[in-house]
Amino acid sequence: MTVFIIRRMLQALLVVFLMSVIVFFGVNIVGDPVYMLVSPDADQADIEAAIARLGLDRPIWEQYWLFLKGAAQGDLGNSFIFGEPALKLILHHMPATMELAFSALILAIVIGIPLGLYAGLYPDSRISKGIMAASIFGFSLPTFWVGLMLIMLFAVELRWVPATGRGDLGSFLGFQSSLFTLDGLSHLFLPALNLALLKISLAIRLTRAGVREAMGQDYVKYARAKGLSTRRIILVHVMKNIMIPVVTVMGLEFGSLIGFSVVTETIFAWPGMGKLLIDAILQLDRPVVVAYLMIIVLFFVLINLIVDILYSILDPRVRLQDQGA
Amino acid sequence: MSDVTSDTALAAAKSAKVETPFQRFRAEFFESKIATVALGVFLIIVLLAILAPWITPQNPYDLAQVSVMDGRLPPGSEAFDGYTMWLGSDGSGRDLYSAILYGLRISLTVGLASGVIALLIGMAIGLIAAYAGGRIEAFIMRIVDLQLSFPASLVALMMVAALGKGVDKIILALVIAQWAYYARTVRATALVERGKEYVEAAQCLGISRSRVVFRHILPNCMAPLIVVGTVQTASAISLEATLSFLGVGLPQTEPSIGVLIANGFEYMLSGRYWISVFPGVALLLTVVSINLVGDHLRDVLNPRLRK
Amino acid sequence: MRKLTAATAVAFGILAIGAGAASAEKLTVGLASEPTSLDPHFHNLGPNNAMSVHIFDRLIAQDEKQRLSPGLAVSWQPIDDLTWEFKLREGVKFHDGSDFTADDVVCTMARAPEVPNSPSGYGTYLKGKEVIKIDDYTVHFKTEAPYPLMGNDISTIPVISEAGCAATTEEFNAGTAAIGTGPFKFQSYTPGESIVLTRNDDYWGDAPIWSEVEFRPITSGPSRVASLLAGDVDMISGVPTTDIATLEGNSDIQLSQGVSNRVIYLHMDQFRENSPFVKANGGGDIVNPLLDVRVRKAISMAINRDAIVERVMEGVALPAGQLLPEGFFGVSDKLDVVAYDPDGAKALLAEAGYPDGFELTIHGPNDRYINDAKIAEAIAQMLTRVGIKTAVETMPRSVYFGRASTGSPDGLPEFSFILVGWGAGSGEASSPLKSLIHTFDKDAGFGSSNRGRHSDPETDALIEEALATVDDAKRQELLAQATERAIENVAIIPTHFQVNTWAAQTGLSYVARTDEYTLATGVVKE
Repeated sequence: MTVFIIRRMLQALLVVFLMSVIVFFGVNIVGDPVYMLVSPDADQADIEAAIARLGLDRPIWEQYWLFLKGAAQGDLGNSFIFGEPALKLILHHMPATMELAFSALILAIVIGIPLGLYAGLYPDSRISKGIMAASIFGFSLPTFWVGLMLIMLFAVELRWVPATGRGDLGSFLGFQSSLFTLDGLSHLFLPALNLALLKISLAIRLTRAGVREAMGQDYVKYARAKGLSTRRIILVHVMKNIMIPVVTVMGLEFGSLIGFSVVTETIFAWPGMGKLLIDAILQLDRPVVVAYLMIIVLFFVLINLIVDILYSILDPRVRLQDQGA
Repeated sequence: MSDVTSDTALAAAKSAKVETPFQRFRAEFFESKIATVALGVFLIIVLLAILAPWITPQNPYDLAQVSVMDGRLPPGSEAFDGYTMWLGSDGSGRDLYSAILYGLRISLTVGLASGVIALLIGMAIGLIAAYAGGRIEAFIMRIVDLQLSFPASLVALMMVAALGKGVDKIILALVIAQWAYYARTVRATALVERGKEYVEAAQCLGISRSRVVFRHILPNCMAPLIVVGTVQTASAISLEATLSFLGVGLPQTEPSIGVLIANGFEYMLSGRYWISVFPGVALLLTVVSINLVGDHLRDVLNPRLRK
Repeated sequence: MRKLTAATAVAFGILAIGAGAASAEKLTVGLASEPTSLDPHFHNLGPNNAMSVHIFDRLIAQDEKQRLSPGLAVSWQPIDDLTWEFKLREGVKFHDGSDFTADDVVCTMARAPEVPNSPSGYGTYLKGKEVIKIDDYTVHFKTEAPYPLMGNDISTIPVISEAGCAATTEEFNAGTAAIGTGPFKFQSYTPGESIVLTRNDDYWGDAPIWSEVEFRPITSGPSRVASLLAGDVDMISGVPTTDIATLEGNSDIQLSQGVSNRVIYLHMDQFRENSPFVKANGGGDIVNPLLDVRVRKAISMAINRDAIVERVMEGVALPAGQLLPEGFFGVSDKLDVVAYDPDGAKALLAEAGYPDGFELTIHGPNDRYINDAKIAEAIAQMLTRVGIKTAVETMPRSVYFGRASTGSPDGLPEFSFILVGWGAGSGEASSPLKSLIHTFDKDAGFGSSNRGRHSDPETDALIEEALATVDDAKRQELLAQATERAIENVAIIPTHFQVNTWAAQTGLSYVARTDEYTLATGVVKE
């Protein structure tokens, strides 16, 4: 087990290192941040001074070496635009994104699974067909388009919830989050729903497929023969069997929620790290782009590792070994 | 010697079966009215996109034919050059009907090209993994797993940030974001097929490994690959639209459907509904029809759901 | 639903009445672009400067038309050719209660150009100036040569307290060092989310009517408008041109508009015989036609500025015939907007030896100026219609400006024909003349944004003379002459001046500013 974890950690480090090379050189080839950063009033000498201050006058491999040296000490460089450490900026914006993605995931499960269950149990009913058609639209409509529509409907026309921004923060068990205040929740509702749409569709489809498959399985037939009520068969036996894979897949989709939050955060002016990233990309704030990627890669590698370890604990048939490696 | 006979025997045995599954597949596919209609809609869209230069009044990429004086005209208005703009015009004076058909060409090219290239690359890598086994397989699958755990939208965003704009770059970014889905599919199918008796039989008969992979495993992967391919193509088209919305997608001057929608986004509150709605409908029709076809293919090709 | 709205409005009305004359009122503003820092010397950028006006005063203030008026200095004048004397306002207190004196000025001027990691500092305005404290309320600024623009330069520098001079940018962002003399005090700053300021009740000038102001960055245009319509915010800046017509028809919303100091113009390659993006018809090489003033003139005549304003800008812009709109210092009253004359343009092209035109690519940004990509497209359409086959390439500003400035292999401007904008931060004509028109001269710091490398010794001489003329009337005349000569030579082709739009809930109005700043002090109740 320890050997496995150590080996996986080394692999993770290698991946992070490779990613840092690709991204660092990638973002450093595109564009020139200096002319966006300097004031138009600046003369030629000012511009050269700015280039030197940002360290952009050094050869690229030297810049990379300096970056690596800093990274080894936990310093991923200073944002060109904000002048603060990139790592600090990202960590500061992270909770907002996490609470958004988390809420979207919950919404997807709470809305998607019951609808999927229904559609799976009564595949030929009109409602089911409606649900399935809606789910197709759910992942075909562009997120940004739906986002603005939600704002127009719920915030501008109905005035039920605010259009943009993040609400007041509340504190619970030491966590600061807008999940813990009414104002916070009212701000959170639309962006979370917007982000969840895609995943609601996914949950519906997964659940429906799972239910349809399960209903044809022997254990259901056997339970029927035994005279168990339909309700019990579905809620206890079928649900037990489909919940695990559905929830697992949905959990794995958490990453994609963080990815798509870029769009949602832009529309809803949500102060998360997705917005930070897209701004950094558009303004060529290279240290922030690189740092964001480093953090995300590390994050996913760790999640992968934890999932693998959990599997081995839950399912003794899975051995903690890389096959053949 | 045995090589030849056994191979032909196997092929004969398979071909006898192949006839029926294909017919059955066709029958089952067209059993669903929705899927049939969706396939029809998709084919019409493709046809319209291909024929665009011959059936549109304006080449929206030729600036001699576009006039800013025509900007933001409502549907049915007459253009500067005399023709009627049935779907109205956008902010730059492009006839939306023409722009949408030309935009479809680009969007479909991006979606299909990235889909096909990613499919080929993913398939090759998946087959190599399945063929080589052992350490190489383990190594490849680790990379695939890692890539899959990383959201495709972020990968594409990063790639575009690093590569810059342009159709070729978007395709490359989408390929990089999507190849792993195909690799995983191929490898999963290969694993199942590898355990089947006919492969064992073939191996016993001394048929080379590569032959087994290419002649027997690969054809069996095609069904799931097609399903994954349709879904991924649809999502590639949507992803391109999203990237364009974020300002890192395709150039403004030769707009894809995604760029048209992203431009229309500005007009959503302005009362000029046509600028965002018509391209939106075009994208929706395209993506929904591909998804419906893919969806139904999945049902038809999934043996566990077979009646 | 409308009932609900009405009920809310009534409720707010009662609240407002309840609050009464104590004016404990909060203003929420949705900003189109977010300041990058609260350190007033960190980044010389419009949104940052606008934000810092609230917390930090300048020695000299700029009013809504960028005219200079007394700020922390009550007077400023040259006492000899090389010295300007500033008399400081007495009795002004910083937010922490300390007194404002000459020491604060001296340390401010020392810190402003020297902030670590600053991507773009204020050194530009302080170069060659030495600050000397004479007594607690008098300072002298010494220069090496006569310098008329002292007031304009000094009006850009926010004054911080001596205690803040040693502070880091992070301390300013955290609020501990954000201590000025301005009308508002720092309350909280959450990047990407909000900046909250409270009224400085001891302000030396007119006390603001708002007891608390919250600025919220909402960068997506439609979302910003939706937030206003939903009542989340009281006012927004940067109303997209596409939404102006609809908002005008909305009785809940009131618009404020004003012309800005930003001119949108075209630079043409005037320094290369073989310009990379100019080709003969069919794509062959050609001697750069843009070197010929007749061709440049023809291009200017081929552009239908009214169409750009009406169709692309939806009427929210002014056609431009020179570098700054009328009313600014140094503007010529002899220049008219070049009339649209496609036939004349064709004739002039033929006279210059290009009866069948040539091929050209226009490059422009697509996320910098209002409708920039569409303007580039419109210009390309117009040129194509007079025979100059024009292709368009637009790109994000992150890529564009670098390439436009130094993108060619030898570090020269890469493009042949570009769309750019220029905002005159100083509020007078020497700013664009010096940077855009004067011959590129690295050592003297002239022509730093002259990306077409236009060069005319006579214009240069006029500009340099103006920059050394302290007498206002004379300088005004010289600047106007330089502008006339530059336009005559078609050094650049101005197309239009941007007009900025703010929108507020009915009952509030904003005093539109030429410098595009969004200031809480400019929001008035009716």
